[in-house]
Amino acid sequence: MTRERDAGNWAQPVERLSAAGVAGASVDAVSGRRVSGPLQGFGQLWQKTFRVRLEGTDLSPQDVVAAWKANFPSFWPGGARFYAPLAGIAPGEVALLDIPPVPGSPVKLSTGVMVLYADDESFTFMTPEGHTLSAWITFSAHRDGDITIAQAQALERTSDPFDELAYVLGANRLNDRFWRQTLENLARHVGVVTPIVDVQAVCIDKRRQWRHAGNVRNSATLRTARHTLTAPVRWITRRG
Amino acid sequence: MTTTTIGLERVGSAALLRIGGDVTTASDDELTSAFGAAIDDGATAVILDFSGMEYMNSGGIGLLVTLLVRAQRSGVRLLATGLSDHYRQILSLTRLDEAIEIQPDEATALAAVAR
Repeated sequence: MTRERDAGNWAQPVERLSAAGVAGASVDAVSGRRVSGPLQGFGQLWQKTFRVRLEGTDLSPQDVVAAWKANFPSFWPGGARFYAPLAGIAPGEVALLDIPPVPGSPVKLSTGVMVLYADDESFTFMTPEGHTLSAWITFSAHRDGDITIAQAQALERTSDPFDELAYVLGANRLNDRFWRQTLENLARHVGVVTPIVDVQAVCIDKRRQWRHAGNVRNSATLRTARHTLTAPVRWITRRG
Repeated sequence: MTTTTIGLERVGSAALLRIGGDVTTASDDELTSAFGAAIDDGATAVILDFSGMEYMNSGGIGLLVTLLVRAQRSGVRLLATGLSDHYRQILSLTRLDEAIEIQPDEATALAAVAR
């Protein structure tokens, strides 16, 4: 038995993230930031699991995860953009995201993720400082009898008090809808006609971590709001 | 893939959980059960000994978060020992080392608990 046979599946340690391997995004809100997991967040800790049974297909879990990695941006609901790393979804790579705070919003929240872990049957993203959630989210597939099941499982806290307030007021439900639609799109892509996504949410820790309330200084939400409000000033400056 | 093996030993006020094999999401029941037994037994600290661990994926790291939350809720210290450089790097990468006390070996971990 070889020890540490997972060694190639994990990202290498990194002090500060770099999005140098991403093309196409207009805003890089990730480079220079640290990663931030569920322990570094502010809000209640939730474990959310989204599952879809890929009925009527004969794909193996490896096939599904390969398709998921290769087409990840196309499974996202409309309005959200995922700028994949040029090297693909591989350990240590960074992707940039533009996400509308609410569906249809012209304003986009610019943030990103780092690929924390990837193997043939799963891959995991970890969020950077400033993201609305301090989270890991794992995308995986496994067999249940004759059926392959695709799953997204998040371990998440909101990052700061403003994000927690937004979460309580509706962002939580929007986030659930986002991942449900993503799994539906994946299932349709592999040939499921009427995908049904099962959602389970468990509150792992009800406490809010007030010692991390200062995360607000990195907030992508506030940075985006500031960027939007100062857009006319930048426009005038450029013209004149 | 091999299964998880968990050995539970009480040393003074600490419980020593010797973790072997693979640590993945599938290890949840065994790990949670052993951890619960340690807390129910009145341990004030739980030392996770990873020297027998052969494989861990991101699901396994997720389990450590839930154990940590449970330890904090119960007022129990959580320590880790027996980590290879590779797994020590993973705890650093995921910033779990900010909450789990990492000790180089079992004796040092037990001494840290006794202090």
